[in-house]
Amino acid sequence: MVFLLIALQCHVTAHAQPSMARPSDQVQPKMVKIYGAGGLSGLEAYQSGFLVSPAGHIATAWSYVLDVDPVVILHDGRRFESTIVGFEPSLELAVLKVEADGLPFFTFSDQEDLNWGDPVLAVSNLFGIATGNETASVMQGRVAARTNLDARRGTFQTPYRGEVLLLDLVANNPGAAGGALVDPNGAILGMLGKELRDRKTGVWLNYAIPASVLKKPIGDIIAGRKTTLPDESDPLLAREKSHSPDSLGIGLIPDVLENTPAYIDFIQTGSSASKVDLRPDDLIVLINGRRVAHQRALRDQLRRIDRRDSVTLIVQRGNEILERVVRP
Amino acid sequence: MLLRCFGSALSRIVIACLAILPGATQADDSNALTEQEQRWIEEFESARVEGIAKAKQSTVMVFVPGGGGGGSGVLISPEGYALTNFHVSSPAGTYMRCGLADGKVYDAVVVGIDPVGDLALIQLLGRNDFSTAKFVPSRRVQVGDWCFAIGNPFLLATNLQPTVTAGIISGVRRYQYPSGTLLEYGNCFQTDASINPGNSGGPLYDNQGDLIGVIGRASFEKRGRVNVGVGYAISGDQAQNFLGCLFSGRIVDHATLGATVGTDEDGSVRVTNILSSSDAYRRGLRYGDEIIEIDGQVIQTANDVQNLLATFPASWRIPITYRQEGQSIETLVRLASVHRGSELLQKMKSALPPPPPAPPKPIGPDSERGDTPNPQNKQTPDSDREEPSDTKEDARKEVMRDAAGDPIPDETAKRIEIREGYANYFYNRLKQDGFINRLRNKFPGQDAGQSSWKLSGQTIPVTADQTASKFELLLSNDGYELIIGDESERLTRGDELLRVVDEQRDAGILACLHALQRMLNLGPDKFGETYYWGTMPLAGERPLRDVTVAVHADLEHRFLQHPETGRLEVIEAVAGTDTDPAELWFESKEDQLPHRLQLRYGLTTVLSLEITDWQMQSNENSADNSDEGA
Repeated sequence: MVFLLIALQCHVTAHAQPSMARPSDQVQPKMVKIYGAGGLSGLEAYQSGFLVSPAGHIATAWSYVLDVDPVVILHDGRRFESTIVGFEPSLELAVLKVEADGLPFFTFSDQEDLNWGDPVLAVSNLFGIATGNETASVMQGRVAARTNLDARRGTFQTPYRGEVLLLDLVANNPGAAGGALVDPNGAILGMLGKELRDRKTGVWLNYAIPASVLKKPIGDIIAGRKTTLPDESDPLLAREKSHSPDSLGIGLIPDVLENTPAYIDFIQTGSSASKVDLRPDDLIVLINGRRVAHQRALRDQLRRIDRRDSVTLIVQRGNEILERVVRP
Repeated sequence: MLLRCFGSALSRIVIACLAILPGATQADDSNALTEQEQRWIEEFESARVEGIAKAKQSTVMVFVPGGGGGGSGVLISPEGYALTNFHVSSPAGTYMRCGLADGKVYDAVVVGIDPVGDLALIQLLGRNDFSTAKFVPSRRVQVGDWCFAIGNPFLLATNLQPTVTAGIISGVRRYQYPSGTLLEYGNCFQTDASINPGNSGGPLYDNQGDLIGVIGRASFEKRGRVNVGVGYAISGDQAQNFLGCLFSGRIVDHATLGATVGTDEDGSVRVTNILSSSDAYRRGLRYGDEIIEIDGQVIQTANDVQNLLATFPASWRIPITYRQEGQSIETLVRLASVHRGSELLQKMKSALPPPPPAPPKPIGPDSERGDTPNPQNKQTPDSDREEPSDTKEDARKEVMRDAAGDPIPDETAKRIEIREGYANYFYNRLKQDGFINRLRNKFPGQDAGQSSWKLSGQTIPVTADQTASKFELLLSNDGYELIIGDESERLTRGDELLRVVDEQRDAGILACLHALQRMLNLGPDKFGETYYWGTMPLAGERPLRDVTVAVHADLEHRFLQHPETGRLEVIEAVAGTDTDPAELWFESKEDQLPHRLQLRYGLTTVLSLEITDWQMQSNENSADNSDEGA
């Protein structure tokens, strides 16, 4: 206790102001910078992330930056190639992993006592201005509201409609998505969202997805309960024994690119797919909980599923995320 | 555990401090503050209020006559010297109007500019008791520290009441790439305090209202010209590095090492290329060497090197530590200029916005204007500010007009002197006067006519195989002679002085002493091309010394004077950029002639002399002005 008082006194005389230097210092080692796809037509090739396990799991925002296996730079300048171990389309959350251990990380507490007016710090890799071992940018502000998101990107409404923390600081700069929102003690409060506008007014939104919403999906992905990596451990079955787009009654758009997205072109009348109301223009995002990065991945996964088993598809239709179980 | 306690106590106080502001949630009873915490919060808030009140007094609102823009600035001396951005002052040419929070408008002139670092020094006229901001060492500023910006965003302060915006330091040691052609922000601060167009050049204060930086630019991407919570400020430390040079009225250039670096796989910063003509090469730096420290700051990445170098004026000599084959080497390196010759002037002109169109105005009768003229009168564009001034004062008055085409008030026009390569030569002349007065004060009796010098005494051995012997130094109209023991070297022409310096011989001492003698006799006006250069460290050491440069017979001489005592400490004679200059170091006791001289090339002392007798004889009057050395 004596030590505490001395320390407090020292702090008072040394700074004579309750600086946010200490919490922002504590947070820095848990932040990462992410570099991936983009870099053209105003699409930045970078964003932010934060460590959520000592084994190198990183939470970040799901975006085009992750269309390639992104490069991750830790606070000390160490550079890693990462793999995407999972994502939660409805939250636009992704979890990456780098091959490292013993890393400092954010823990999600069980109780959340956060309200409007509470002070917050937003920590991120905005504008890509700190590319090496420089500290991530720290901004201060307050929670302006807790509300449900109703946003659009361009003219499309975004899939996530759940609860968000609206902030009174400009937290949605290029590159800030996936950054951490922390309290003045350095504890995680949420993940900074992407650059979105309010659906009705067109005003840019500064928001974060609350930690309470993120906690379970992140935990599930890390624990492997919700893996979305294509699983190649299941054996490839003979063509006549496995599923295929045809067996489900799905026609895909022409596969002309290396990574052609798995958009449905047409549905065969009376097929299994038509029975569960799959429609042309649906984008297949997950198959049996595993990520479908492109048509090749979809066909590969279908080859590993027995044609007598049902298949669970997650598709994106417009701004909605839908689950469909296709029974043979 | 103790640390955690400390952490939670601290955060409780931080939260409580913030909670005082409206809109915050109330802390429940279990989080109630102790009496001590409550007192501290009150002190913090009082300090902030006092800090803002204090800081407002030194904030300047800059208005360019003719509506060509404007910005902010900060007063740093009671005589009215204020820092602002180059990009704020440049549309004004040399004259602008500045408002202060006291509700008055002052005439101001540009003193010196640093186009690369985006700094300009201006002087507000009419008083010598302006309120000033105090620089605090900006190296100590941490990410997360509270700060506030005061200034003239969107040029809103037409009522002369500045805008205050608060935030925290979002990042330190940021590097911002040159925008357009010139501006480069090295080692700068990033803040989320709201920075908007018009805040440029204004101060960034810490919570106590002390100056930590000069606001420069902000990120405006995607949302047009409004704030996105990312502003940058040139660090106060960098501004102070350049201040001496800005006082010279010059257009100042930045420094480069003459080597490029890269970050190696093991994380070390290594030289990837080096110019063999650079001083760094002469000091032994080679390809593959690891840079460890620059000017006392540890280097961790290749970015750090560029970041630090961007904060120094060209020609500074700074300490550098590097590792070569496992061995650490500490040395001093003279930094080169980023731009060559007139390159900076050309780039600067192309970086300037075109002057707003304005018909030349007829010169009306000079209205009586005091210190508080009405800025409303002066809102039209540029005319002939690029026109070189006539040296005759009357003629100069006739053509001196502001960016709106209106005549500049006489008293102000007297402080403007346009000359190629200078922002305002008037201030350089002021400094030259100070230089020669201090110099003649330390060498009395030398300002009248030609004179002869005879210095004699003992040499001090500088290597093991040398022995002490008698020496004589003779400098007169007939020639310059160095006699050591039985050997003597006699030079009669300027090109011989250049040669001995180039060849790094002992006789280089004659070049330095000859320059001193010539300067004392003739003064800066007749010496040759002479100008006050600014301030630089002496062999890497502070305080920064006043430097005056004088060129004669192709030899450039730099006179380094101590800023407080005015004592002449070193004369450097530079024969060219690819050899070490001759450095003559003077040692003297207070108010006496120097009693010891040391000649150095690079870091090697080649000659050391103990003077026992220094005779100075005027040619017209052969009276003995000798002064005993130590």
